[in-house]
Amino acid sequence: MKELMIGNAALARGLYEAGCSVISSYPGTPSTEITEEFAKFNDTYCEWAPNEKVAMETAFGASLRGKRSACCMKHVGLNVAADPLFTMSYTGVNAGMVICVADDPGMHSSQNEQDSRHYAIASKVPMLEPSNSQEALDFAKIAYEISETFDTPVFIKMCTRVAHSQSITEKGERVEATKEYTKNPQKYIMAPANAIKRHPFVEERTAKLTEYAETSPLNRVEYGNGEYDFGIITSSTSYQYVKEVFGDKVAVLKLGMVNPLPVKTIKDFAAKVGKVYVIEELDPIIETHCKNIGVDVVGKEKFSMIGEFSQKTIARAFGLEDKENVCLDTEVPVRPPMMCSGCPHRGMYYVLAKNKITVLGDIGCYTLGSMPPLNALDMTLCMGASVSGLHGYNKAGGAETENKTVCVIGDSTFMHSGVTGLINIAYNQSNSTVIILDNSITGMTGHQQNPTTGYNIKGDPAGKVNLESLCHSVGINSVRVVDPYNLEECERVVKEELAKNEPSVIISRRPCVLLKYVKPKKPLYINPDKCRGCKRCMKFGCPSISFRDKHAVIDNTLCIGCGVCASLCPFDAFESEGE
Amino acid sequence: MATKNIMIVGVGGQGSLLASKLLGRLLVDEGFDVKVSEVHGMSQRGGSVVTYVKFGDKVYSPIIEEGEADFIVSFEKIEAARYIKDLKKGGTVIVNTQQIDPMPVIIGNAEYPANILDEMKEKGVHVDDIDALALASQAGSAKACNIVLMGRLAKYFDIPREKWESAIEKCVKPAFIEINKKAFELGYNN
Repeated sequence: MKELMIGNAALARGLYEAGCSVISSYPGTPSTEITEEFAKFNDTYCEWAPNEKVAMETAFGASLRGKRSACCMKHVGLNVAADPLFTMSYTGVNAGMVICVADDPGMHSSQNEQDSRHYAIASKVPMLEPSNSQEALDFAKIAYEISETFDTPVFIKMCTRVAHSQSITEKGERVEATKEYTKNPQKYIMAPANAIKRHPFVEERTAKLTEYAETSPLNRVEYGNGEYDFGIITSSTSYQYVKEVFGDKVAVLKLGMVNPLPVKTIKDFAAKVGKVYVIEELDPIIETHCKNIGVDVVGKEKFSMIGEFSQKTIARAFGLEDKENVCLDTEVPVRPPMMCSGCPHRGMYYVLAKNKITVLGDIGCYTLGSMPPLNALDMTLCMGASVSGLHGYNKAGGAETENKTVCVIGDSTFMHSGVTGLINIAYNQSNSTVIILDNSITGMTGHQQNPTTGYNIKGDPAGKVNLESLCHSVGINSVRVVDPYNLEECERVVKEELAKNEPSVIISRRPCVLLKYVKPKKPLYINPDKCRGCKRCMKFGCPSISFRDKHAVIDNTLCIGCGVCASLCPFDAFESEGE
Repeated sequence: MATKNIMIVGVGGQGSLLASKLLGRLLVDEGFDVKVSEVHGMSQRGGSVVTYVKFGDKVYSPIIEEGEADFIVSFEKIEAARYIKDLKKGGTVIVNTQQIDPMPVIIGNAEYPANILDEMKEKGVHVDDIDALALASQAGSAKACNIVLMGRLAKYFDIPREKWESAIEKCVKPAFIEINKKAFELGYNN
């Protein structure tokens, strides 16, 4: 049956049909839905791991045992999983293993726009790159064939536009595929004596995969009607933009396998079409390869290394005219994302901003605490860096910083890689105060369970890490829990913990208001007879409160009645229905 | 058929996902090649959001660029203005007259441009404005704004109303079908 599927759902379907039995992943936009969709199948195993390294090693273990497996992550997650990746390239696999990685050109939801293809080259692992949902499904099956034929894990690289675009996809049937496990120390124990022997295997494998790339249908030439006297080499979503602009008027070498890249195929194509343009988002991977094999191409001098492409990028580069449109004279104010009405993070940020505390931040919804009017953050780098960064900041700053600096990190991010930083604080004793913003869910990626929530990916009861006990057991003596809706309590506890001459943890705990079990209360309204227009409530930065005609007003379609704003009003102007 | 392009724009959380799901379902059932593209994650947190729906004999790019949209369906006034550069010459803007202040306006760093729809009309844009929030409330739920707007969009298509209604039945939970059908009808007839 044909249906509209986002690339990630189609990829999950493809993994399923190919007989994948175990998936372990950590959520990250734009990769999250691959695992969420796979979790809907009942005859397979699927989980959220604490981080991408754990996920990849879990998938490796499943492959070793003889089940086709996969792990999924966003581009920066692959940095976390890079350690097992490079050595798995040496061991190879038993049953097939696929690593799904989703890049985010344009940084819709990411802290950088690194190009994952570098990892494929560096680790010498083959990489497939679909350009729409049907290819995502089909490539998953091919990936397992390659994995088992060539004894290697295989990457499937998505990008935001392929991952999150729906296109028409045809499903197939699942096949079962298992292997026997037999002990093989020379292959699976990567101590030096064995690893030395495996490296030549890796180089031979790359040579064989290059041969495969020459004949595989993954790479195909569409000569078109030859209206234009040049050719284009492209892959992924850029292929769709090229076709949108040129249709069948130009010759295209469409690459579905971007590592290793073919040699003869590219040389033959170039010989036939003459001038060749390489159109690829981000870094010049295909372009550099072409130049290395002696094929002269035009690439990054015409197409940027920065951000996303579109049909317009390509049309403009070839001097085609822009389409006619309308522009307004009035400037439209920007509408950046922000913390939701009733978001529990806002209360803690309000207290930190009010007391002018330096705040090292982390990755999650709470990164939005950096936005006006709270402007509460000083730094955001990567998952877990708030905690380890705070330790270094205080080791460098000493008494000058210790009592006026904290870090904030979410419950899921703390499990991912914050706890190791906390162990360092406890072990090497910096006088640091760590605030865990525990909203009982992985929020930004759209509500995934994690080790602190007590539920697994299917919503069934699971093991639950107790944050207080964990912090105590790594050596933090002062662990306090506060309710971020109680501003007075938050302020008092933050001040007390900063004043202490020892490491401490404050757990700011209240579930995300978007969780189904959190029932919104009736919206508040502002009594215009009492409101004197002092705008103190506006400093809270709640999207429900705006200012009209000398008074603050509440948008009752947004307000969830958390009531924190009311505690800021010196004139008791905030009232709830019935008062 | 040449590809037709529809943009659905609004504020994260307003329900544009259901609108695009409905359109996608309808257009696939009508036998078109269809692509629907949206961005998840950071941009959903009350930020400006855009969804692209493209259909025709063969659709390549999933995104809509400047001057390419046949229709912009906007859930909020200034969001229509934000994306007006993407409207094709002669295209139509269907806009909910609701005003939702973005944070720079809330904190007093910017003014909400009150007469933005008039400016669009002065520039020759075909603006079809509708109080979708009021009509949705009349239908039984303020959340049904999205379907009111789909009702209005349906007037510009040759696809029979029953097909739209059947797509609503397939996309909406049973308990909400009646409200949404009513919302669709109010959007279509007002």
